[in-house]
Amino acid sequence: MIDWLLDDSPSSRLQANLGRAWHVFAALLRNPLAVVGGFIILVLIVMAIFAPLLAPYSPIGQDLANRLMPPSAAHWMGTDELGRDIYSRVVYGARITLMIVTMVAVIAAPIGLVVGAVSGYFGGWTDRVLMGVTDIFLSMPKLILALAFVAALGPGIENAIIAIAITAWPAYARIARAETITFRDAEFIAAVRLQGASSARVILRHVLPLCASSTIIRVTLDMAGIILTAAGLGFLGLGAQPPLPEWGAMISRGRNFILDQWWVATMPGFAIILVSLGFCFLGDGLRDVLDPKQGDKQ
Amino acid sequence: MTDAAIHLEHLTVSYGDTTVVHDVSFDVAEGESFALVGESGSGKSTILKAISGLAPEWTGTISVEGKARGHSPDRAFAETCQMVFQDPYGSLHPRKTVDTCLAEPLAIHGIGGRDSRVKDMLAAVGLDQRFRFRFPHQLSGGQRQRVAIARALMLEPRVLLLDEPTSALDVSVQAEILNLLKKLRREQGLTYLMVTHNLPVVSFLCDRLAVMRHGRVVEIAGVDALKSGQLSQPYSRELYAASGGTLQSA
Amino acid sequence: MSTPLLEIDGLTVTFPTARGPVDVVKGISFTLGRERLGIVGESGSGKSMTGRSILRLIRKPGKVTARRMTFDGVDLLSLSERQMRDLRGARISMVMQDPKFSLNPVMTVGEQIAEALVTHKKLPRRELKERVLAMLEAVRINDPSRVAGLYPHEVSGGMGQRIMIAMMLIPEPDLLIADEPTSALDVSVQAQVLDIIDDLVTGKGMGLILISHDLNLVSRYCDRILVMNSGEIVEQCKASDLHNAQHPYTRGLIAAMPRMNEDRDELPVLDRSTWTTGAGT
Repeated sequence: MIDWLLDDSPSSRLQANLGRAWHVFAALLRNPLAVVGGFIILVLIVMAIFAPLLAPYSPIGQDLANRLMPPSAAHWMGTDELGRDIYSRVVYGARITLMIVTMVAVIAAPIGLVVGAVSGYFGGWTDRVLMGVTDIFLSMPKLILALAFVAALGPGIENAIIAIAITAWPAYARIARAETITFRDAEFIAAVRLQGASSARVILRHVLPLCASSTIIRVTLDMAGIILTAAGLGFLGLGAQPPLPEWGAMISRGRNFILDQWWVATMPGFAIILVSLGFCFLGDGLRDVLDPKQGDKQ
Repeated sequence: MTDAAIHLEHLTVSYGDTTVVHDVSFDVAEGESFALVGESGSGKSTILKAISGLAPEWTGTISVEGKARGHSPDRAFAETCQMVFQDPYGSLHPRKTVDTCLAEPLAIHGIGGRDSRVKDMLAAVGLDQRFRFRFPHQLSGGQRQRVAIARALMLEPRVLLLDEPTSALDVSVQAEILNLLKKLRREQGLTYLMVTHNLPVVSFLCDRLAVMRHGRVVEIAGVDALKSGQLSQPYSRELYAASGGTLQSA
Repeated sequence: MSTPLLEIDGLTVTFPTARGPVDVVKGISFTLGRERLGIVGESGSGKSMTGRSILRLIRKPGKVTARRMTFDGVDLLSLSERQMRDLRGARISMVMQDPKFSLNPVMTVGEQIAEALVTHKKLPRRELKERVLAMLEAVRINDPSRVAGLYPHEVSGGMGQRIMIAMMLIPEPDLLIADEPTSALDVSVQAQVLDIIDDLVTGKGMGLILISHDLNLVSRYCDRILVMNSGEIVEQCKASDLHNAQHPYTRGLIAAMPRMNEDRDELPVLDRSTWTTGAGT
């Protein structure tokens, strides 16, 4: 199987692409931090998928007799002010976090990529207008902008996702534009233009695949920021609404007891830090492997 | 209209405010191999770019195979004229396999039978089928240049513009590519317009040459004049001597 | 000949790769007097690595080993990095392919040439300036005092390369290593630059190693030629005897070059199987 993947002379398109993917994967495995990061993300995904099996209690079931219990064998992370099991809430919270992160990536990355590539490829007025808009978004602090959007759209997790996506795409547009400019005049782009390809085709089929890897790296590294912004919105009461077990909202509620019942705020805090770190490690590893310059070397 | 494969009349090309080609006129006959020689900055590559539409700021007349050229690449032109670039490392998309690269022009023009056409073309440029699904970084410089030539020929054009096609290659690889270009021209009756600074290459591959300097054509001569060292203009003779040729009185 | 300037015995340069270590130079030996030696080969032949390893400029993880590598009686292998730095520039200089990458873009040409001299010898300001201008004149720059005030982006490729040569030769080294000094230049400028190198080298009785892929050029400017192929020296001859070369690789290279008066219908292509022993490219 490995031999088939590493074959120098693949016999089909599929084999060639899988072989390339395998090279990336193998290189990632050689990077210990990336492995740690990947493992954390994997745990997050497993937690999200199998939350009902992993959580011993319901994330919203209240048990007022057992409120604010410290961590113990029965409640690994203790309970909150309504007697809910914090561990169960953290496990279910993985679903919300994963959803936010995925939705933001799915919405923001393509928008940023297309805006950046179009802007970089055409240059001139197109570039000035698109980058002007991008700069306006970039010049405002992310959280404040997201706050403004949530305030306008109304609190709730969907609106939080939209607000974060709106604040996230300009960074990708910048990256995609910078990448596009570096090879806009490359001979391989000139060659497809000479074959009669339309601008849309050049951008979609030839420019975007080259911007993709740096955007993937950036998105992965941004995940931590996205999680923190989402948590921030949750903390301010503008993200996920109770009783949803969103990590930021959980910290917010634990704030009242932080001196006497530290675990209420700390446990979801740990979860946020760990997942953010995981994405950062993975992003760094991806950068080492996917760096566009790497592909040109022997 | 003339029946020349490439017809240039009073062609002047500029980049912004600087004019790099001044009032150039020449014809390349059907099936002829014509060379533009000169040093860097002489404007020889710019002429190819103007013909292909990559340098849009020009005045004068350009026609290829009897059709007047517009100022940008277009689909009809793509089927009559293609270009091979100098740098085999920069002219292939780093993330696309040889197969994708060769099938792309067919896809753009909606031509069917891609599988067999790609296979045939690989054979025609002397590449083994096992290279078909490799990425450019798995190929040597000479192999890449073969792929670039194959890509240019996929649409079966009548005219090839060659921009220093061998100057980035080793001598032994250069010989292979030159032989290939000669063979393809013989087999398919192609017209070549080649830019080069290498006079011996002109001697091997071309029928006529134009010597350029500072954006103007200094001299147009048959290749016999080059072979016997009988170029007439002082600058051409200087270039000839610097390339290691022994001058004969003109 | 008296004791040679440079003696190299069993030089090997190794790079580790994913598939185990690869020798890019495979135990080559040669000596150099105060003469002009040309090293010719195609890309990947190890010719540039040979030049760089003499100055110990091979970057990690590359490794240089040799049985013997002496320069004017000094064992290059046992010198400390510090001693090596003193030697570089002062006694052995190197001219690289592209002046655009070798010149500091934020210093004027004159400052850079002066810098090259000052690093190795303390001189009063006035004398320094005179030496710089004299050197620029020696590389046939018409208006030395104007050029000395220019920045690298303001000079042409040919002039840039002449400035590099001035910089390399001003400390009056004993050996100049020129690695493809003219391949980024036009043919007419090429000849000028090489003529300058040639004049200065013969005039000062220095040693010259000219590394190039161009057989014709090397045979025109050198006394002796080494032909390298995949890390080995396959041919050693006098430049004037090049047309009598013995090795099939050298003969193949010569034959594969188109001539000015070309009447062959097809160029002979190197058949590598005749001498490589299975391994290699």
